[in-house]
Amino acid sequence: MKEKNNNSGMTLIVKTITRLTVGIIMLYGLYITFHGHLTPGGGFAGGVILALSFIHLILVFGKDFVIKKFSEKIACVFESIGAVLFLTIAVSGFLAGYFFINIYGKGIPFNLFSAGIILPCNLSIMLIVGFGLFCAFLTLLLFISSKE
Amino acid sequence: MTVETIISFLIFLMILGAVVAVEIKDLLSSVVSIGAVGVILSLTFLLLQAPDLAIVQLVVEILALIILIRATVTRDSVNYSQREIFVKVVTMIGVLVFLISLVSVIKLLPPFGEPKLKVASYYINEGLGIKNNISETGAANIVSSIILDYRAYDTLGEATVLFCAVLGVLAVMRKVGRKNEREK
Repeated sequence: MKEKNNNSGMTLIVKTITRLTVGIIMLYGLYITFHGHLTPGGGFAGGVILALSFIHLILVFGKDFVIKKFSEKIACVFESIGAVLFLTIAVSGFLAGYFFINIYGKGIPFNLFSAGIILPCNLSIMLIVGFGLFCAFLTLLLFISSKE
Repeated sequence: MTVETIISFLIFLMILGAVVAVEIKDLLSSVVSIGAVGVILSLTFLLLQAPDLAIVQLVVEILALIILIRATVTRDSVNYSQREIFVKVVTMIGVLVFLISLVSVIKLLPPFGEPKLKVASYYINEGLGIKNNISETGAANIVSSIILDYRAYDTLGEATVLFCAVLGVLAVMRKVGRKNEREK
């Protein structure tokens, strides 16, 4: 009630619950991504969960709160890092022969660090999908609010 | 006729559609010709043997077309009331043809759990190491090993589609254009 931020967004109850749960949602998205080669899921699903956790923050605390900490420009940078990382993994296959060859060690199945390029590929897809969707949502929101 | 000639012909059609979309005066016709370009691109992907990418291209194209038509129809209003009966008859014929072809295709489907296509058997045997007990990819999740190892090129295309979509949203709704609009 003292802060300005309390006026924007939803009620105190929703804010308190969100403060407790949003970190767990983000962690779940990361878990889905990092275990993409072991359990169902992968980079796309993990990225969407990550983007949804950010959108959750926007809905509850208002967009100004999120933009102050994590503007759409930073999201753009993260998305571009993901795209460049994916291409780098693809091109690094030329070291062993052809595009997208699985050059890293296969490891032992069912270990976290196994299956070569699949884990870094999942990570880069998570960056592209998660920050891309967040960026698109934030841009549309800014566009609508600038019209009013 | 080889695949290369067909693909070069389709690329020629795509260039033609893009030029028409830029040059034509009517906004709705321009959107429709953009949709034609997208469908031909999807066909090209199919001929290049990337069916997953073709499906994604088709679905994204339909979604983009719906949004674009919704955005343009509100501006230049098309009057449908004059040819209401014609529209109804055409819709009925279309639905009838679709239903007849649907029924005839469903009869051809193999029973549940007995696939006629054996495309997946190679990936299941080699990727999971069922035959010689050595996994080719080292991944426990076979779906993940297909989309990011065997067919990683398709995934790169899908990621590029999403990246370009976000880039388009940022380009259309950037702040510079909005400022100029306000000054006018």
